[in-house]
Amino acid sequence: MLNPIQVLCSDITSLSLEPEPFASYTEADIISTVEFNHTGELLATGDKGGRVVIFQSEPESHEPEFDYLKSLEIEEKINKIRWLPQQNASHFLLSTNDKTVKLWKVSERDKRPEGYNLKDEEGRMKNLSTVTSLQVPVLKPMDLMVEVSPRRVFANAHTYHVNSISVNSDHETYMSADDLRINLWHLGITNRSFNIVDIKPVNMEDLTEVITAAEFHPHHCNLLVYSSSKGTLRLCDMREAALCDKHSKLFEEPEDPSNRSFFSEIISSVSDVKFSHSGRYLLTRDYLTAKVWDLNMENKPLEIYQVHDYLRSKLCSLYENDCIFDKFECAWNGSDSVIMTGAYNNFFRMFDRNTNRDVTLEASRESSKPRAVLKPRRVCQGGKQRKDDISVDSLDFTKKILHTAWHPTENIIAIAATNNLYIFQDKLNQEMHG
Amino acid sequence: MFPKGTKRKFSDSREEPVAGGEDVNQSNLAAVRMLSSYSLQRQSLLDMSLIKLQLCHMLVEPNLCRSVLIANTVRQIQEEMTQDGTWQIMTQALSAANAAAQCSADRLVATEVLCRQTEAAQGEQVPKPFPVVGSEGCPAEEVAEVGMTMSTVSPQAPTSYLPGTFGMDPCWEEDTGEDDDDDDEEEDSEECGSGSEGEERERDSLVEDTRTAEQVFGTFEIKNPAPSPDPALEELFSDVDASYYDLDTVLTGMQSVPKMGPYDLLESLSSHGPSPLSSSTSCRSDLNELDHIMEIIVGS
Repeated sequence: MLNPIQVLCSDITSLSLEPEPFASYTEADIISTVEFNHTGELLATGDKGGRVVIFQSEPESHEPEFDYLKSLEIEEKINKIRWLPQQNASHFLLSTNDKTVKLWKVSERDKRPEGYNLKDEEGRMKNLSTVTSLQVPVLKPMDLMVEVSPRRVFANAHTYHVNSISVNSDHETYMSADDLRINLWHLGITNRSFNIVDIKPVNMEDLTEVITAAEFHPHHCNLLVYSSSKGTLRLCDMREAALCDKHSKLFEEPEDPSNRSFFSEIISSVSDVKFSHSGRYLLTRDYLTAKVWDLNMENKPLEIYQVHDYLRSKLCSLYENDCIFDKFECAWNGSDSVIMTGAYNNFFRMFDRNTNRDVTLEASRESSKPRAVLKPRRVCQGGKQRKDDISVDSLDFTKKILHTAWHPTENIIAIAATNNLYIFQDKLNQEMHG
Repeated sequence: MFPKGTKRKFSDSREEPVAGGEDVNQSNLAAVRMLSSYSLQRQSLLDMSLIKLQLCHMLVEPNLCRSVLIANTVRQIQEEMTQDGTWQIMTQALSAANAAAQCSADRLVATEVLCRQTEAAQGEQVPKPFPVVGSEGCPAEEVAEVGMTMSTVSPQAPTSYLPGTFGMDPCWEEDTGEDDDDDDEEEDSEECGSGSEGEERERDSLVEDTRTAEQVFGTFEIKNPAPSPDPALEELFSDVDASYYDLDTVLTGMQSVPKMGPYDLLESLSSHGPSPLSSSTSCRSDLNELDHIMEIIVGS
């Protein structure tokens, strides 16, 4: 992979009401989650104001484009969106805010029945004395209408803030995880959930570790993984016990004593964990690195990628301004050969696991005219500074790319930069290879 | 960073350079300088962390993970300070100060003992805002940014108490003859001209901070002692889960260190929920009033 990345749709703002390109945004417009559905046809974004926007790719066009499809309002900041695997013509997605998970049905309608006997065109009841004959209602074409309707509300199961949801491969159950607990739900049952992980100590005074992310295995419906603020990953097997407090496997990298500081624990906290599509590997993101783990090797990661090691000497300042607590997500490409994650200054990074090459790109209005090819960026830490290099001290830490998504089959990526959504594609190769 | 448990060799640092022994003494001096710089940085990190914990309920989005990580950082620092003896010295000094002081809302109890200079010697006491932490003003900025509805000076009080009481090196405490150099207050903690300058700087911050604390306590004397809950704030956090307030007892969970006065202070600093101090088993009667003051400041 890692061919030149082309701007596909520059700068789709989820807040489509703003006419000026550089309109200021509010906190509510900040995108908080991005997710492709299983075919890659649909892309959903959620923001802090509780809006979900769904984009659809044009299947017939030579170069896929994403059109704004639908926007719906939920209360509160949307933390995660997960699509359900498609089973019929409709699409379903799960969204969660801090407390409540909701299931939505996204359906398209392009036909409308006309010719009712008892109702008139506006839907009012007809005066029966005017009805003299029977007719069969017919379906007439109409403008495509997308309807998003809430189907289920899964509430009252979380005391702490929900940070993850994950649909199981059995397509019947899903899990929701908050800081201290993970619950298992059946998609059809809203008034009952099962608690499968609980790390809340008896005395909250003894609390030293929280759950940061969780995900089901893509193929084995009994396996799930969750990450913690201490940098550990726990693989749990639901067949072993009803309450998965005892892990099947514990993945933890031994601490490097030479690098030890008061910030060691904070930067080891895992902000995101993702199974590879194959189910063989885990991808985790902590503050400075992205790591690939082999499910069969618990004592250390398989690969470690330095995302922005130049920040290591600045940890105290980043602690002071709270940036050290930023939670970056990570993503696999469809073939599990490339991993991607965001950084500061609207930079995002991609690492090719096979060639060991990596690239830094920027998602910004200035560099993203449609069809333009993104230029690789470089951060220099002193020493020779080439033209177009950025020095560490001029990085903008308010511009962080926390949420990224990779199309399941093609080399198309969605990048959320604060309130803007960028979609990029691989210029040379539409199909994925690797 | 320096290995844990490294004891500072103060006897070495206090020796006058002598011929033949100069190199050894200079390298010892350098080591002392580095260590005192480290302890200043560590102290400022501790102060910063305590402010963050105190203000965590003021965040737009309450974040349990962040609070836990900060609390763990505080615990780590305290463990290290315990190991190298700093913590015990501080708590001894504090308890001595408390025993000697009158517990009135008007005065910071530790002032008399730890700050050897009387207020008269300091000249006219002009209440003016000072940086919260000795030489780094950043925590104060952070406080300001949060936009607290309470007096912006108030959150500084508990933390200004801390550097004042805990930042003192035990050996330097005996050295009362040093002149205070007010100009050192703004110096970057990185710069360490000599060990004695570090002392002066710490003492300055001590003096200034205690003055700040007195000013704050004085302020609260004038105001309604029980701050009325801000309706806007209440509304903002009306649906914040009360379980977050359990975190105020996180710091009390440090079983490894003997419970003593300072922990009560730390508890009250991080407390922002109901009955923050009732669970403390070692609440000393002579600190009750001080704790009460802390509660008011923290705004429980």
